[in-house]
Amino acid sequence: MSTTTIEIKTALDATLHSDTDADKRSSVEVTDYNNRQTVGKITVDHPKMVCRNVNVYYGAKQALKNVGIDIGINEVIAFIGPSGCGKSTFLRCLNRMNDTIVACRVAGQIKLDEDDIYDKSIDVVQLRARIGMVFQKPNPFPKSIYENVAYGPRIHGMVNTKAELDELVRASLERAGLLKEVEKRMNEPGTSLSGGQQQRLCIARAVAVNPEVILMDEPCSALDPIATAKIEELIDELRENYTIVIVTHSMQQAARVSQRTAYFHLGDLIEVGETDQIFTNPKHKLTEDYITGRFG
Amino acid sequence: MNKPTPAAVPAAFSRDIKTIVNAGLQRRHAAERRFRSYGLIAISLGLLFVVLMFANIIGKGYPAFWQTYVQVPISFDPAVIDPQGTRDPVAIESADYAALVRAGMRRMFPTVEGRTELRALYALVSSDATYELQRRIHQNPALIGSSQEIWLLASATVDTLVKGNIDRALDETERPIKDNQIGWVDKLQAAGKIEKQFNTILFSSGDSREPEQAGIRGALMGSFYTLLITFLLSFPIGVATAVYLEEFAPKNRWTDLIEVNINNLAAVPSIVFGLLGLAVFINFFDLPRSAPLVGGLVLSLMTLPVIIIAGRAALTSVPPSIREAALGMGASKLQMVGHHVLPLAMPGMLTGAIIGMARALGESAPLLMIGMVAFIVDVPKGIMDPATVLPVQIYLWSDLPERAFVERTSAAIMVLLAFMVLMNGLAIILRKRFERRW
Ligand SMILES: Nc1ncnc2c1ncn2[C@@H]1O[C@H](COP(=O)(O)OP(=O)(O)OP(=O)(O)O)[C@@H](O)[C@H]1O
Ligand SMILES: [Mg+2]
Repeated sequence: MSTTTIEIKTALDATLHSDTDADKRSSVEVTDYNNRQTVGKITVDHPKMVCRNVNVYYGAKQALKNVGIDIGINEVIAFIGPSGCGKSTFLRCLNRMNDTIVACRVAGQIKLDEDDIYDKSIDVVQLRARIGMVFQKPNPFPKSIYENVAYGPRIHGMVNTKAELDELVRASLERAGLLKEVEKRMNEPGTSLSGGQQQRLCIARAVAVNPEVILMDEPCSALDPIATAKIEELIDELRENYTIVIVTHSMQQAARVSQRTAYFHLGDLIEVGETDQIFTNPKHKLTEDYITGRFG
Repeated sequence: MNKPTPAAVPAAFSRDIKTIVNAGLQRRHAAERRFRSYGLIAISLGLLFVVLMFANIIGKGYPAFWQTYVQVPISFDPAVIDPQGTRDPVAIESADYAALVRAGMRRMFPTVEGRTELRALYALVSSDATYELQRRIHQNPALIGSSQEIWLLASATVDTLVKGNIDRALDETERPIKDNQIGWVDKLQAAGKIEKQFNTILFSSGDSREPEQAGIRGALMGSFYTLLITFLLSFPIGVATAVYLEEFAPKNRWTDLIEVNINNLAAVPSIVFGLLGLAVFINFFDLPRSAPLVGGLVLSLMTLPVIIIAGRAALTSVPPSIREAALGMGASKLQMVGHHVLPLAMPGMLTGAIIGMARALGESAPLLMIGMVAFIVDVPKGIMDPATVLPVQIYLWSDLPERAFVERTSAAIMVLLAFMVLMNGLAIILRKRFERRW
């Protein structure tokens, strides 16, 4: 972790001291390296979630500084940035998964529709039912495929009869594009599936409680290109019904699946914008460096 | 951009790795071989001692599973059993059955005369023979008036002689059996009237002063009740404690202190728990001495730390990804633990519990403190009856000089070891059976 940070800093210093080099490729509007104010438009017309002044600390160490961003309804927003910049940290703030880390402290405001999710009156159980999560490593429960998907509806009491549950499980698997592959083996353990199938099972599991937002933390990093393509396709379909926040290390992936992109750098939200604009015409030098592969 | 100046190439990089490695290879392999042979020697030594121990115990103990019986012609004389002819069960119960046994013995050796001689003759069968006849009549009163050849339990000395454990060359005064008795036993043997049968008494009766009538059932039941209490108390409390400490308790100085204390408790010598039990349960709470209830309470104190430590280890070994998955679905903390973590940790917890129970089964020191060391003939029928446990029974018998008790001591050890192996086997099976891949 620390080595990465140091590398980035050296690279940064190196760039800062070679003015000639930097001048050649930057146009006038591009924001300078030293500016850590978020550039680009952080608001949207129909926000699902609104985050303002989010600061996150792990003990004494600050992991996120003054992050403010809107997440629009039925959009796919991608978080990109070098390793350790705080993407996962921010994502986990959105459904309060950070509550489980003792040293972690979150300050600021995050709203889901009209509710401040860090308000005392909000129960995490309810919140996490509304905001589903898919993790980096596929983590199906060591139970049958059916039980994996049925778990959420069961604990939340969403269905009354077995028939309803069956229907819900099938519909969720269908939405995750997995139904055809597992129809015949619903009672086999979820862990017996391939990595890509497991990840889609996890998506089906999240979808089964009909959340409003789905958070995905590098959902394809453990998968091969074909499984990745399937999931990307799936994300595109899921957008119709859900708001999706995806953290990814692959810029191609961000470009393919997202409508908006946010670039994080060492705890700062550097730039937010339409995905097309970020990748073709970044407004901040750090963003430009990152997407042109200068570091990260 | 300025390239950082490359560091100087270390001199080591210019040497040929192949020759360097080859030079040291032999030394590395030799070290490995040496290490392996040390391991083999250690294991063989360990195995040797295990084999020696088992050979010794089994060699000494297995004859105890066979018991000598004498076939005696008994006539169930109505004049002795039921002189009034009323067939009144109470009268029949209290009849002089010893007289029937004596008559039977005299019938086999009609020539024996004189008080001392006859007494020596009667001593060939155990005092249990009397009760055996009583039992038979009680079961089947129609036997009255008939004559039967009945296998009666031989006395412990006869049993020892038949098993070849008495040196006939010794002077008569130096052995427990007299010359004339040896002569009778030899005659009976020649006539096929002496037989070794499987020793059911060992498993069906409690302790006794007469070795041939002594069994381990009392101790087994005592151990059973004691362990039952221990399990019922220590498993739920231990699991709940482990879950609370691992999953719910805030991590602060208090929980640290508790953790240190639990780890220390696991290392406290067991006799200390016995003293504690004596002071608290018997002197303060006035619970009965020698009762399995108190034994179970004391052993629970001893087993609890073991179960808690094993339980916490099992809980921490559940991968965090499963917890995150459950929480991410909106499960409450209790649901996360109950639905996912606990089921995955259960085999480990059960293994810990069973190993703790096996330790409790073999424990004797703390139970001596609370009076479970008394001589108790009756088989306990509940957790409040006075009882002893298997290891204490072994300890008691090992103190007795009779050869028959030496035999039974080893037999009881075999039974104890069998239960230990059984419990540890169960732990392994549970672990294998419920182990899940994730
Ligand atoms: N549980 C934790 N305790 C302490 N510090 C943490 C913890 N989790 C993350 N951090 C720190 O917070 C910073 C941001 O971490 P985060 O996991 O959000 O990075 P990331 O952008 O997701 O990186 P990656 O792309 O490698 O996943 C890092 O410096 C990391 O060291
Ligand atoms: Mg991350």
